[in-house]
Amino acid sequence: MQKAIKKWFPVLALPTVVAFLISFLIPFIMGIYLSFCKFKTVKNAKWVGFDNYLKAFANEDFINALWFTVKFTIVSVITINILAFLFAMLLTKALRGTNVFRTIFFMPNLIGGIVLGYIWLMIINGVLQYFNATITTDASYGFWGLVILMNWQLIGYMMIIYISGIQNISPDLIEAAQIDGANSVQRLFHITIPQVMPSITICLFLTLTNSFKLFDQNYALTAGAPGKSTQMLALDIYNTFYGRVGWQGVGQAKAVIFFLIVAAIALTQLFLTRRKEVEN
Amino acid sequence: MSEKVKSKIKEKKAKLRAPMTVKDWVKFIILMIISIVFIAPILLVLMNSFKGKLFVSNEPFAFPNAESFVGLKNYTNGIEKIDFFSAFFVSLFITVCSVILIVLATAMCAWFITRVKTWYTKLIYILFAFSMIVPFQMVMYPMSQVANMLHLDNMFGIVIIYLGFGAGLSVFMFAGFVKSVPLEIEEAAMIDGCGPMKTFFLIDFPILRPSAITVAILQAMWIWNDYLLPTLILSDVKTLPMAIQYLRGGYGSIDMAAMMAMLVLAIIPIIIFYFACQKYIIKGVMAGAVKG
Repeated sequence: MQKAIKKWFPVLALPTVVAFLISFLIPFIMGIYLSFCKFKTVKNAKWVGFDNYLKAFANEDFINALWFTVKFTIVSVITINILAFLFAMLLTKALRGTNVFRTIFFMPNLIGGIVLGYIWLMIINGVLQYFNATITTDASYGFWGLVILMNWQLIGYMMIIYISGIQNISPDLIEAAQIDGANSVQRLFHITIPQVMPSITICLFLTLTNSFKLFDQNYALTAGAPGKSTQMLALDIYNTFYGRVGWQGVGQAKAVIFFLIVAAIALTQLFLTRRKEVEN
Repeated sequence: MSEKVKSKIKEKKAKLRAPMTVKDWVKFIILMIISIVFIAPILLVLMNSFKGKLFVSNEPFAFPNAESFVGLKNYTNGIEKIDFFSAFFVSLFITVCSVILIVLATAMCAWFITRVKTWYTKLIYILFAFSMIVPFQMVMYPMSQVANMLHLDNMFGIVIIYLGFGAGLSVFMFAGFVKSVPLEIEEAAMIDGCGPMKTFFLIDFPILRPSAITVAILQAMWIWNDYLLPTLILSDVKTLPMAIQYLRGGYGSIDMAAMMAMLVLAIIPIIIFYFACQKYIIKGVMAGAVKG
């Protein structure tokens, strides 16, 4: 049977493989090579060694973007997960209208980043104008604006994952704890939270990578203003490529560093989930 | 289902019918308040889309009144400014074509690499899985150059680019499901005279339907909302997110009134899509979360 299928490679697998080569694999390899080059277009690249990487790390905008991204990621991961978990706890109790609430909370997740950015630009500027300010008056306004936007977008999604985790807890466990006299706080910390650990891992990493790689929302809400103080990593890379002549090589070097950080996060998750699976 | 779970469900159903206690009411009211907070941004956008430019920025929280109400002016204005309908159909065209192509091509590809076991199918699988952890910024510049060289910078070419970028997640998900299709059925079909293509389309594809829906929904949501990739690739047309961003204009001058109207028009199709296949969407997004 294998042999018969193998003959059909050009029809079955080739289209996807070719598209993959064109849009991902070749650009990826080119990207690594170009990060060591000075170039204006791909055709006139000149090898410069680690020069681009040194320039990237000496670049104030890049370091600033890195810190802004890290701070934003930490704050949004914590707030999103705590709120999503609380909502999930509220919604797993039998109550009228839970499905309607679920539907409402999940909806913002479907709206695209650019649209989300402008929705919140209107609201945040609307509030701030009572204090004679706009979102670009101070970097902290942009920061908290992004945190609020991200919470609004992702809470519903994470909540759904927590709900399915909580519903998978065996009723026996809860009943046994009740009989043993555990109060609701004890049950939360000794049964619910340990039992939903897999959901917690998934949600932590989903919010982590989504916050870290954020681009559209950042671009629409503040576009980095005031100055470049609310620029996140993805936006800084974009601006280095398309906003600064002769710095494409540095932009590509920044992109490689960005890739290495994201890959490290992803591999940590893979390692953690694998280890859990072995334990079980 | 065990007896215990059944009795629990019964208990819950009984609880739903019983009158609500004070504690339930408190929870219900908290949830109502949160819901209002969640819907309010969208309602605010809707409300402001009927107000004049000045009123959107100065009194965004006031209801439209005789003074501020401008009817559908923002809509006609915005539609004209960003050529809304052409952007809408470009987005629709790209999304529909890409999703159909991705589902068909990656399902076949996943079937091929799970059924044929040699060094290169293993390599392809590893590369697909690897592509999922690479952020877009890493490849965006060389990719846009390659696309330009190959003349893929139009709404047909971009479909091929989307196939390449969507391949990682889709092949990964399909491959997981192909493994659960028993080999015996396929062998029986082949003995009965079905060629590989017939076997795939008559036996495997119908079994893979639920995962095909999941893949289609995940990819559709991504492609419909995608901003950066089409911005870098397309040279002659605009997608919907590009058109909305276009309203920003140079140096922060935004026509917020027209913007509100366009946001409403951009959100409506998403809400319709959401209510039409809500069950699949939530299920699909969950499956994507666990795999990704």
